[in-house]
Amino acid sequence: MNFRKLSKTLKAAAAVWALCAASAFADTTIEFIQWWEPEMPAGALRGIMDDFEAKNPGIKVTLVSGPYATTRDQIVVGAASGTLSDVVGLDGAWVNGLSKQGAIASMDELMEKANYDKSQIADIVKVDGKSVMFPLASFVYPVFVNMDIAAAAGVETMPSTRSEFAEAAKKMTDASKNQYGWVLPLSLQSPSGIQNDVMSWVWSSGASMMKDGKPDLENEAVVGTLEYIEKLNKDGVISPGIFAKKEQDKVEEFVNGRVGMMVDTLAHVNLIRERNPKLNFSISALPAADGYTGKRGMPYASWGIGISEGSAHKEEAWKLVEFLMSPEVNGRLVSIANAFPGNVHAKPDFVTSDPIFAEAFKIYQSGYPANEFVGLPVAEELMRNMNVELQKMFDGGQSAKDAAANTQKAWLAKF
Amino acid sequence: MNRSITALAPAPPKAGKKGRLSYKTLRKLVPYLYVTPATLLLVLLMLFPMAMVLRYSLMDGAIMKRDAAFAGLQNYITIFQNPVFWQSLYQTLYFTIMSVVFHFVLGLAFALLLNTNRVNPTIRSILRVLFILPWLFTAVIIAIIWRLLLDPNGVVNSVLMTLHIINFKVEWFSSTSTAIHALTFANIWAGYPLFMVSLLAGLQGISKELYEAAGIDGANELQKFWYITIPQLMPIIISISLLDFIWTMQVFPLVWMTTGGGPIYATEMLSTFTYKLAFAQYEFSLASASAIVILIISMSVTYFYIKHQQRR
Repeated sequence: MNFRKLSKTLKAAAAVWALCAASAFADTTIEFIQWWEPEMPAGALRGIMDDFEAKNPGIKVTLVSGPYATTRDQIVVGAASGTLSDVVGLDGAWVNGLSKQGAIASMDELMEKANYDKSQIADIVKVDGKSVMFPLASFVYPVFVNMDIAAAAGVETMPSTRSEFAEAAKKMTDASKNQYGWVLPLSLQSPSGIQNDVMSWVWSSGASMMKDGKPDLENEAVVGTLEYIEKLNKDGVISPGIFAKKEQDKVEEFVNGRVGMMVDTLAHVNLIRERNPKLNFSISALPAADGYTGKRGMPYASWGIGISEGSAHKEEAWKLVEFLMSPEVNGRLVSIANAFPGNVHAKPDFVTSDPIFAEAFKIYQSGYPANEFVGLPVAEELMRNMNVELQKMFDGGQSAKDAAANTQKAWLAKF
Repeated sequence: MNRSITALAPAPPKAGKKGRLSYKTLRKLVPYLYVTPATLLLVLLMLFPMAMVLRYSLMDGAIMKRDAAFAGLQNYITIFQNPVFWQSLYQTLYFTIMSVVFHFVLGLAFALLLNTNRVNPTIRSILRVLFILPWLFTAVIIAIIWRLLLDPNGVVNSVLMTLHIINFKVEWFSSTSTAIHALTFANIWAGYPLFMVSLLAGLQGISKELYEAAGIDGANELQKFWYITIPQLMPIIISISLLDFIWTMQVFPLVWMTTGGGPIYATEMLSTFTYKLAFAQYEFSLASASAIVILIISMSVTYFYIKHQQRR
């Protein structure tokens, strides 16, 4: 290659590099950390991001995805080191800690600046009066019933009260066949069973575990619920191995037809169908205390969204939040995820096409979403504290009343 | 050696230039330049994080508070006053000591089996693959395998009930009386191949003449094992035992994925205790103090390891 040719090649390379560099610097790239991408069909979330980028030239989105637990650890470490992504996928259980740490920003100012209509948001999670999280998609937790086991056991109607549930669970239990009425996961590794499978019984009866922003665990409703669950265990209707069981074990036992009933998220409907296409199951609202006629609280978990306080691109981050919360995009996202929307105007398509989701939507509309752990300080640790006390109760070391009192003591120390 | 240093060292500086190092000084610096990259990496990746953790352990609300203040030894006092910490320490020591002892016993037994000529070579090759299998699995796979095997409806209970050894379903990981033993058993299964491979290499290195001489002197098999095999293997046994002690003491994934430290606190180890302080309670200062305690215990064992290596 002669010198002139080499010089031309170098000049061309430099021009291409300069062009690329210029376009790269012209774009603002924002990071979006969440655990949702692996839980959605491949490419679904990226497709939504591509649409966002097409509508917002100059903004690029980098997805930082991982499983739930890994993402949580990454967010905690990112918050501590000041390297948190611009847009953050949030669980209600983390919000208080992250907000107190100054890691997630208040979105009030951004909403005001954009003249955002707050009334379209189904719920805004606030800490110390600041709006820090929007639930983007909500997964409710009804009772799943194996209809074949129920029919074989002579259970004809879906249990609506605690007595009916206990009766149905007894009928469905046949220990000689490794078949049980209910499954309760209380592993300490992931103590969310306390929220989804234990305290949900309190909320479904319209009761509360809080009073004036403080724990109120010694009230009749909470103690009554613990006594009820303890009785179910003594009656032998709960699948054995409670203390080491995790949520996935619970679903696995239901899928394999080893338990008649479980409290679980609607997000698992497709998973259950994939794992066992022949499983004949249905859903119903969580049973309430006998004689309760009021509205029922329905436990839920959310894919929440917020903005990092340390973000250098808060406005661009807000644009992404606004885009994801818009009726059309929110409807599309929750339709893919089989969740209920965060925007009141969004219309997911599955509620008309699938009888299970149609039933779930009916239950959802007749009650109210309830999850008192959202926004509490060190929510996961609170669940773990209660988990330990419940394990002691099941182990025969203390009564339900003592379990409630000891949990109350442990919780008060955290508030 | 001298020739290579001379070759690598820069040429003698020209006379009369001010501010430049002399040739003699440069030659003295050469060895230090060689170790500089490794030293830098050691400082950045090991000493710096350790110093940070030590610093956090002496602060009040490290990471979580912007104005975290110096708290002296308060965090250490707090964790020492926590009964769960002492329970974790006791359980960690039980788990570690039992694991190391049984890793050694099983490892030695399998190594002897694989080293003997009395077993058919084909069978020995098959056993060699089978025995090393647990070492190939990651902690996640090991946790899943043992969770399934020890499930109340799992294979272990089924076999034991069929053989009429037990007459009810034991909740191995769910019962406060069996969880720590079940967990230790799973760890023993997962870790013996390290001993097996190391001891097998040691056995193959023992001179056959020693055994022949002992045979001529009338020693039986047990005496040969006790007076030749064990002393010959002793350096390997000590080295691997100390390393295994340090590694087992820090085991986290297996404990976390099988029991999460429960039921109640029955399988809480120092590693899970520390993890919960950091990532569930966001008490990074207390977690750092707990981590420093683990470091001190590990370092005390490391001291014996280094002493042993120096003696060799």
